[in-house]
Amino acid sequence: MAAFGGLFWRDLRLALRQGGDTGLVLGFFVLAVILFPFGVGPEPAILRRIGAGIIWVAALLSALLSLDRLFESDYQDGGLDLLALSTLPLELAVLAKCAAHWMATGLPLALASPVLAIIVNLDLGEIGILTASLLIGTPALSLIGSVAAALTLGARRQGVVLSVLVLPLYVPPLILGAGAVEASMTGIGARAYLLVLGALSLAALALCPWASAAALRQAVE
Amino acid sequence: MCRWSPVYGCLAPTKLPQPHLIAEGLACRRGERLVFAGISFHLAPGEALLLTGANGSGKTSLLRLLATLIAPVAGKLLWGTVPVEADIAAYREQLHYIGHQDGVKLDLTPREILAFWTSLHGLAGSGATVHTEAALMAFALEGVADWPCRWLSAGQRKRLALARLIATPASIWLLDEPTSALDHDNQLRLEQAIVEHRASGGRVIVASHTPIGIADAARLSLDAFAPSSADLTAG
Repeated sequence: MAAFGGLFWRDLRLALRQGGDTGLVLGFFVLAVILFPFGVGPEPAILRRIGAGIIWVAALLSALLSLDRLFESDYQDGGLDLLALSTLPLELAVLAKCAAHWMATGLPLALASPVLAIIVNLDLGEIGILTASLLIGTPALSLIGSVAAALTLGARRQGVVLSVLVLPLYVPPLILGAGAVEASMTGIGARAYLLVLGALSLAALALCPWASAAALRQAVE
Repeated sequence: MCRWSPVYGCLAPTKLPQPHLIAEGLACRRGERLVFAGISFHLAPGEALLLTGANGSGKTSLLRLLATLIAPVAGKLLWGTVPVEADIAAYREQLHYIGHQDGVKLDLTPREILAFWTSLHGLAGSGATVHTEAALMAFALEGVADWPCRWLSAGQRKRLALARLIATPASIWLLDEPTSALDHDNQLRLEQAIVEHRASGGRVIVASHTPIGIADAARLSLDAFAPSSADLTAG
């Protein structure tokens, strides 16, 4: 337990101290969303129609930006050897790192989303559902991303390979997250979407640490 | 009352477990190449083994193999009478591996990094603080303990990595070129730490190019275990 907490706090401290990590991700998120009104025109009805989708896509891309840092620095400086040899099972180490990654990226993204939702003309109830969908769905982004980040360790042009690998896997959370807001607009109710999205996050929580840990063991060799 | 020592300070060296470390016919393959084959040795508590050999003869590979980071393609590694794979977690708890890469994060301070390493070995709270402070002292890092590591020199970072040896007790020290970047005084500190470690029943395996003062260490030259061309075609 000491090891889990130690790793979680160290990663969180690193992410906050390197400043760039959280700040850059948030900056990218805000800018990506703001670009859309310039592209599709400032028509409130159109923005409202595609707004949730835009915010979710921007959130996916921002989360992707920070993924290559998840294991890369530990891989480069030998920290991964220490993790592999520690008393903490590698699966739990992955979980601690994903939790820290989510605190440093997913959570700030979800918290910033209400402001951006106003820009794309969502009303109050929809803003609530969008924020909830991001809070529920972003842990899945960190967890699924960790598998791809571990698999691509040591690859040339890791960032690009990582994107190609992980973006298709991000399709289900995207459909469910953006779909939740759309469903509440059409009056179907977002409950079912949010529940399935939650199930997806829980499934990722149960499965992804095993896959990532297996990939990390390969990388250590 | 505690017994004061120049390395551990007030931290009494822990009684270390006693089984022998036995290697039988270890062979290692990296990619397509068989690096070495047929390495056997026997390391009782308090013994030291010095690995020598040309560049590329497999010193680092052997250390990583002993650290269970890579698996041997042939041979056995025994902790006492049990193969290490049988209880790999228990074996890993008993070893420290200090490789070329020091695992030092540039944005953290030495004190934070040592506290993290200590927590990786399951220690937390005030007990862990005593350990990290003793470790900082053992390698004279108190003065820089709260600086970000990006301000530290290569030698200071190496000392920080070595301080891990003191911060948590472990029976087997696997040291890969531990004296690189160290100045004379700090090499003496390391040698003193090794002496005390062996006195309390620990064992060390060191790969080093530069002379390092370890009293009556067994020597293993890896050049003698390079596979012959016959082995290569067979493998």
